[in-house]
Amino acid sequence: MYNFDVERPATIAQAVKALSTEEAQPMSGGQTLIPTLKARLAMPSVLVSLSGIDEMKGVRKNDDGLLCIGGGTTHTTVATEAAAHYPGLAELAARIGDPAVRNRGTLGGSIANNDPSACYPAAVLGSGATVVTNSREIAADDYFLGMFETALHEGELVTEVKFPIPQASHYEKHLQPASRFPLVAVFVAKFEEGVRVAVTGASESGVFRWTEAEEALSGSFKSDTLKDLTLDGSGMISDLHGSGAYRAHLATVMTRRAVDAISD
Amino acid sequence: MTQVKMTVNGKPASGDVEGRTLLVQFLREDLGLTGTHVGCDTSQCGACVVHVNGQAVKACTMLAIEAEGAEVATIEGQAAADGTLNTIQQAFQDHHGLQCGFCTPGMVMSAAALLKDNPKPTVAEVRHYLDGNICRCTGYHNIVKAIMAASGQDVAAIAAE
Ligand SMILES: Cc1cc2nc3c(=O)[nH]c(=O)nc-3n(C[C@H](O)[C@H](O)[C@H](O)COP(=O)(O)OP(=O)(O)OC[C@H]3O[C@@H](n4cnc5c(N)ncnc54)[C@H](O)[C@@H]3O)c2cc1C
Ligand code: FES
Ligand code: FES
Repeated sequence: MYNFDVERPATIAQAVKALSTEEAQPMSGGQTLIPTLKARLAMPSVLVSLSGIDEMKGVRKNDDGLLCIGGGTTHTTVATEAAAHYPGLAELAARIGDPAVRNRGTLGGSIANNDPSACYPAAVLGSGATVVTNSREIAADDYFLGMFETALHEGELVTEVKFPIPQASHYEKHLQPASRFPLVAVFVAKFEEGVRVAVTGASESGVFRWTEAEEALSGSFKSDTLKDLTLDGSGMISDLHGSGAYRAHLATVMTRRAVDAISD
Repeated sequence: MTQVKMTVNGKPASGDVEGRTLLVQFLREDLGLTGTHVGCDTSQCGACVVHVNGQAVKACTMLAIEAEGAEVATIEGQAAADGTLNTIQQAFQDHHGLQCGFCTPGMVMSAAALLKDNPKPTVAEVRHYLDGNICRCTGYHNIVKAIMAASGQDVAAIAAE
C-alpha cells in the first residue's frame, strides 16, 4: 500500500468537507477498499474514515413506514436489527461474506462500490428503495448505472437508504464458495402494488430488474408462471466460474426458488 | 506518523503508526504479539482474526488508526497468566483441532466470538460461522468437534459421522 493520511470526522458535514480535496476518498468498513489499496488499484492521499460518524449508523422505521438504514451500518447490525421489520433484508445481510467481514462491511460501502456480484444492490433495487446522500435522494432505478458505476458524484456520500417494506421477500444466493460472494443471486419482493425481481452476479452491466418475471409474478405469484421465461446469455458475465448462458439459466432457477420460498 | 492508543488484552498499548499501518502489523511488529498470523493478507483466510470491542474482525483488513481507543483481544490474551489454556484452546488440544497450527489463532478467536453470542451452537452453525477461516491441514472436522466440546456439548456422535 502507498501511504496516505487518515482523517476521522465525527459528522457528515465534516466528512464532506474533508472529501472536497481531489485526492481524498471515503472509507467505510474497508472490506473492499483496503484490499484495493493493497493492490494499488486506488491511491488516495487522504482517506476519510466514516466509521466514527454516528449519524450514519442505525436501523429505524420512519413515519412513512420506510425502513431507514444508515450508510455506515454494518451488515451484522442490519442482520440483527432489521430482522423484526424486514426479514428478507436481514437474511441477505446475515449471509454476506463471513462474520468478520459482516462486522466491518457496511451498506453504504457496498452500494457505493456496486460490485456486479454484491448482495445489497439486489435488495436496494429489488425493494425500490431510495438512496439518500449528503445532497439529494436518488431512486434505486436511477442509482445503479453499471459495473462498479453509480449515480454518485465525486465526494458524494451514501448517508442512508430508505427501504419500502414488502409483504414478503426472499433472497436466493448461489454461492461462489471461494469468494463467498454470490455467483448469481436473486432478490424477489412482493408488494401490494406488484412484484420486483432484481438479479445480481449475472450481468456485465451489474444488478438489473428482470421485468418480464415481475409482470408474470404480479399476475400470478407462483414459480410455475416463470417456467417458459428465459434470460438471454449475451451480456452476461462469462468467466472461469461459469459462462454467460449458465449464469442466465441460474438466474431463472434462483428466481423460481425465491418465489417458492415465499409461497411455501 | 500518528499516535494510537488502545487496550490490548486488558493492558494499555500505544505507538506511532502511518496511515497505512494495518492493525495486524501494529500487533505483530510494534507490540511483538506474533500469535496473530497473516495467511493471505487479502481478507480470505481468517488467520488474523482478533476481537475489536468484542467483535471478530480480520486484522489484515483494518487500519491500526481505526482501533484508536478500542478494546482489542488477541490469542495471547486467551490463556491464563500462568499459561493454563482456556476452554476453547484446551478443547482444540484434546480433540486434535490443529495440525500445523497456522490457522489456529484465528480459529480460536472466531470460536470465542461465536460462543459469546451463541453458547450452544449446532454443528451447522459452527461450520457456517467458520466460513471465513481457512485451514489447509485438518479438514475442519476436528475443529468443529473441538468447538462443540468447548460449548459443553456431547461430541461422541460427531466422531462417528
Ligand atoms: C471475504 C469477503 C467476502 C465478501 N462477501 C460478500 C458477499 O457475499 N456479498 C457482498 O455483497 N459483499 C461481500 N463482500 C464485500 C463486503 O460486503 C464489503 O463490506 C462491501 O462491499 C464494501 O463495504 P465497506 O463498508 O467495507 O466499504 P469500503 O471498502 O470502505 O468502501 C468501498 C468503496 O465505497 C466507497 N464508499 C464507502 N462508503 C461510502 C459511502 N457511505 N458513500 C460513498 N462512498 C462510499 C469507498 O470509497 C470505496 O470506493 C465480501 C468481502 C470480503 C472481504
Ligand atoms: S491474513 Fe487476514 S484474512 Fe488472511
Ligand atoms: S492446522 Fe494447519 S492450517 Fe489449520
